[in-house]
Amino acid sequence: MKHIITRDLTFAYEQKPEDNAENFALRGVSVSIEKGELVAVLGHNGSGKSTFAKHLNAILLPSGGSVTVAGIDTTEEDKLYEIRRRAGMVFQNPDNQLVASLVEDDVAFAPENLGVEPAEIRRRVDEAIELVGMQEYKRHEVHRLSGGQKQRVAIAGVIAMQPEILIFDEPTAMLDPRGRAEVMATIERLNRERGITVVLITHYMEEAARCGRVIVMDEGRVLLDGTPREVFPQVDRLREVGLDVPQPTQLMHDLRALGFSQLPGDVLTEEECVEALVAQIGGAHA
Amino acid sequence: MLNGFSFGQYFPGESALHRMDARVKLLLTIGMIVALFVAGGAVPMALLVALTLLLFIGSHIPLTVLWRSVRGILPLVIFMSLLNIFYIKGPTVLAQFWIFTITLEGVWRAIFLAVRIILLIVVTSLLTYTTSPIDLTDGLERLLSPLKKIHLPVHDLAMIMTIALRFIPTLIEETDKIMSAQKARGADIDSGSLVRRVRATIPILVPLFVSAVRRATDLAVAMDCRCYHGGEGRTRLKQMKLHRVDLFGVLGYACILAAVIGLNFLPFGVV
Repeated sequence: MKHIITRDLTFAYEQKPEDNAENFALRGVSVSIEKGELVAVLGHNGSGKSTFAKHLNAILLPSGGSVTVAGIDTTEEDKLYEIRRRAGMVFQNPDNQLVASLVEDDVAFAPENLGVEPAEIRRRVDEAIELVGMQEYKRHEVHRLSGGQKQRVAIAGVIAMQPEILIFDEPTAMLDPRGRAEVMATIERLNRERGITVVLITHYMEEAARCGRVIVMDEGRVLLDGTPREVFPQVDRLREVGLDVPQPTQLMHDLRALGFSQLPGDVLTEEECVEALVAQIGGAHA
Repeated sequence: MLNGFSFGQYFPGESALHRMDARVKLLLTIGMIVALFVAGGAVPMALLVALTLLLFIGSHIPLTVLWRSVRGILPLVIFMSLLNIFYIKGPTVLAQFWIFTITLEGVWRAIFLAVRIILLIVVTSLLTYTTSPIDLTDGLERLLSPLKKIHLPVHDLAMIMTIALRFIPTLIEETDKIMSAQKARGADIDSGSLVRRVRATIPILVPLFVSAVRRATDLAVAMDCRCYHGGEGRTRLKQMKLHRVDLFGVLGYACILAAVIGLNFLPFGVV
């Protein structure tokens, strides 16, 4: 089942985009995402990846083309809250998306807005807090939590709406390595255990490499779209648009360029890298 | 410099005061303030002091925390008390020198004033220390909800309060960071004349405002994403129900108020 479909999506922040073609942040993005996919959207600053994300729950509406989320066109005004409930969004700065001072009050915010019965809110809040592993902090004040913990509370606050799709707009950009690992583990678990479709906007290659699919954006268009193993070996094309590749992939690419052409180009993890190198050295000795 | 801030903070706990309904607590706080001004003699005042002490001990709030919120107001209390000692002239003269006359009535009035202000701070602090910000604003929203009929935006005001309470610590933290950053660039914040010090706050306030506006924009989008659309059709996680502790609270207060009024007729220490 197609969960998210965009057709020739264009968007301009200016009112009269005809004047200048450069005003377009998105210039014809056609993407379809299946239910249960874990998709990373990569791109340099200004590539349009955040603008793209904001179209997926009707924060922004297309200037041209269309966006269909869970079967609903995002321009259908009377279904606005239905779209936002189904497609939850988590932002970069954890501080700026928490509304209430206590963890459980904040997680309850969305279901309260949706008019859910109090007993059901309680059940959802407890479930969501447990899903992100914050049950010990239920009655804690959010400003005393670490960045990673705050971001997990923000995720719980969205999960409490029982969404089918989660959109993460650079959720780890402001976190320390430990917080980043916590948040990534939570995202992967939600995708794996709950079957939630995840769109992860990021500029960390290591995070993208863990996703099932990578979409690379540049200047408002989709440049590459495929599995990490298909996308990352194209080191030179990624460099052209100002992106790095995971270090193991980079090493393999450089070694191949030096003449070690037997080495595989589609290496993503350090383990694979070590294996390939051991095989190469072993082969050379034999 | 900003670490001493404790007014308006919440200290989670399980005491009777913590468990009391926020609406009842709000009303009783107002009731206590009324009682403070009704009390016109040393005996009823002593009763209120004893009651406040009891409430404080029962709330398990650390003394240092309470001291921090009282400390700030002390200079004002002392100043006003001194003013009263010298201004109020009664028939019972205690001491006289130069142009000053100190009378018994003046001393009593000064003591009453000091006790009233300090108890006022303590009682309102106890309210915020023992009530979570959400409960407090929820309680306020529900108490004021009859005013919706005259089109007062009660829900919106309560929401503004919730967000303000949520962001006070965040903005304080940010102020500290900006101050450090400006000091690292050689800004002199703590010395010089008053005018100089006021001018020195500009490089702190401007970035703070810019960041606050940015935060507000982000928060608005995040609230949109979580389907916020005002108070209409909104439900609540916490249902406010009155419990036995609330009944005891109200009954207790009624007794105290009656006692205060009754004890006002005692002739001792009356002004």
